[in-house]
This record gives sequence, C-alpha cells and structure tokens, in this order.
Amino acid sequence: MANYAHPEVLVGTDWVAEHLNDPNIRIVEVDVDNKAYDEGHVPGALAWPWNTQLCDTVRRDILSQKQFEELMASSGISNDTTVVIYGDNNNWFAAWAFWQMKIYGHKDVRIMNGGRKKWVAEGRDLSMETPKPSRTAYKASAPDNSLRAFLPQVQTAAERESADLVDVRSPQEYTGEILAPPGLPETCQRGGHIPGARSIPWGKAVNDDGTFKSFEDLKNLYGSEGVTGSRPVIAYCRIGERSSHTWFVLKYLLGFKDVANYDGSWTEWGNLVGAPVERGAAAAKASYPRAS
Amino acid sequence: MTSQEYKETKLELEGWPVNVTSYKLGDRFYCKVDNVSPGAWLARTTGATREEAEQAALERARQMLGRTRRQAV
Repeated sequence: MANYAHPEVLVGTDWVAEHLNDPNIRIVEVDVDNKAYDEGHVPGALAWPWNTQLCDTVRRDILSQKQFEELMASSGISNDTTVVIYGDNNNWFAAWAFWQMKIYGHKDVRIMNGGRKKWVAEGRDLSMETPKPSRTAYKASAPDNSLRAFLPQVQTAAERESADLVDVRSPQEYTGEILAPPGLPETCQRGGHIPGARSIPWGKAVNDDGTFKSFEDLKNLYGSEGVTGSRPVIAYCRIGERSSHTWFVLKYLLGFKDVANYDGSWTEWGNLVGAPVERGAAAAKASYPRAS
Repeated sequence: MTSQEYKETKLELEGWPVNVTSYKLGDRFYCKVDNVSPGAWLARTTGATREEAEQAALERARQMLGRTRRQAV
C-alpha cells in the first residue's frame, strides 16, 4: 500500500486481525442492510446498515450533523477513535460511510482492504455477537461540502465542461441499455449518462479478491480516459454508493485534490425533466438547455 | 467460528454473468449470488448442504434477473 497517496487510510485483514481487542479502534461493518452482518462478522464489529443509519430516512439526504453525531456517540466513537470500516459488495457502502465521516471531519477513519469478501475467503474468525458500546460525547465538524457535488454544480460542469465527469456504473447502465443494475428495481425514467461523462466502472479499480489495484494500475486506468487530477473530478453512479468507492480511490489512493461525489447520481439526473442525456457508448454531446 | 470450504463460481443466469459464493459456517452452508457487473448481491440463502443453499440462491437470483428489461440503444 506504500505507493498510494494516502496509504494510512487502508488497512489489511492481517492488521485488523491483530487489532481486534484494541480499545482505541472501533470496527464497523457497513452494508445495504444487516443480512450479511447477521451471518457472522468481524469479532467486535458493529453494523451500520446504509438504508436506516447512514442516510436521512425521511428526505433524501445524507445524515445531518446532529444525526451523524448521534450515530457516532451511540456507536461508542469519540473524535479521537480510529474507525475501521469494511463491508460487502466490495466495500461500496463502507466507502459511503468513509465519505460521510470525512464530510463531518472525522480524523482517523480507514477502510479494510478487500472488505468482507476477503475476510470470509481467508477463513478468519466470524462472530454472531453484537457489541454494546458505551455511549460517548461526539462533536462533528460543519459539513465539508467540497467533497460532495450537488445538481447545480453538475449541471454547470456538464454545460461548461469544467470538470471531468466519471460515470462508474456498468457499461450497460451507461449506454442506457438497462435502467438499473441487473436484478435491481428500475429507479429512473430515462437511461443513459450525463453528457460528456467518461465510463469507468468502479469494479475496474479492484482485483478479484476485492483489494484495490496498485497505484500504477489505477493511474493508468483513469489516465487512459483523460482523468488525471489536473482539473476537478465529479464521480456519480445510480445512488452515490459506487461513486463514493471511486471518490475514495481518486482522492485517497491517487491523491487528486478536487474530487466530489455526486450522490444524487442517476436517480436524480435520470428523473429530471428536460435534462440532457446521452445514450450509447460514444454519443455526440447533447445540447444543453440554457436558463433564460 | 470460521468459514470453511469457501468456493466461488462464475455462471451465466438469464443472460447475465453472476458470481456464486458459498461457504460453511458452523453446521450450515451460506450462499450468495452477485451480478458480476456491477457486483451487487442478489440473493443470500442458507441450507443444510451447499447444493441446497446454492439452489435456493440461484432460483431467487434467476427470478430477479429475469425482470431486467433491456432497452434498444
């Protein structure tokens, strides 16, 4: 991990196994729900299901500062706790949690390289016990919205070509052949991609065992599509979780300075009335309606 | 408790590539089926044997994948 721009944000499964009983470390499994966690998890790990604990369940948004502070406090996490996050689906939702923790300024948060898949494949200990942490006091920073892209920014970036837009969904979602990942509910009215976006599926950034590819491989992957970090980058997918994985790669493994995750993603853009949409692999740039 | 007999297989189901992962935990077998792209799990099941767990997971995944509509582009 030494070649990464910020190797301190990644830990291996060996490291986690050696720190299971470290009182300054809190391990958290983050998945879409608790099904995987309930099958057995890293001993001592808490669960943060994405669908109930890492988003506002009333309006569509990430946690508010107050909600985030409550989650940390109830999880026994202090401002100086080292938090190690891992999850299923190759750490998608772990990356979402990491992104949100950085938005609220948590200093030391790390991702377990390879996630749940690697831990289970290696035949490591799995526990059925759910820890009951003692409550802490936690004070979050004001949200750092430079890590997050909102619709107006993305519209401006698409119109003026002022940022590299990276679509991390599957090629079939990018072209518009399908409206959602195979087997999952369709959550948009139109298929395709934001005009000008490059298709770089998130999965190209990981090896078969779920670990991240090397710095050199990642640099070549994004560089071959013209994404070099020389200008702002906005990553998006369907709901923002796969793109938080790519955001993590670009910002922390490659060290790009200006990277934002557009969590509105295709479920926002693909439902907008009048939004320009490109379809196919190499469609010409759509005309963008200008505000009067 | 540790996972044992971990196994991953790639298959095509309803025209979509999937990963089938199964392992033994205690006296039960656990199975999950992921679509290869993008990599989201579609079904998680358990069974007394690997075959039982895999059969249930594949059936569930087949139902879900069968609902995927392809658009002309």
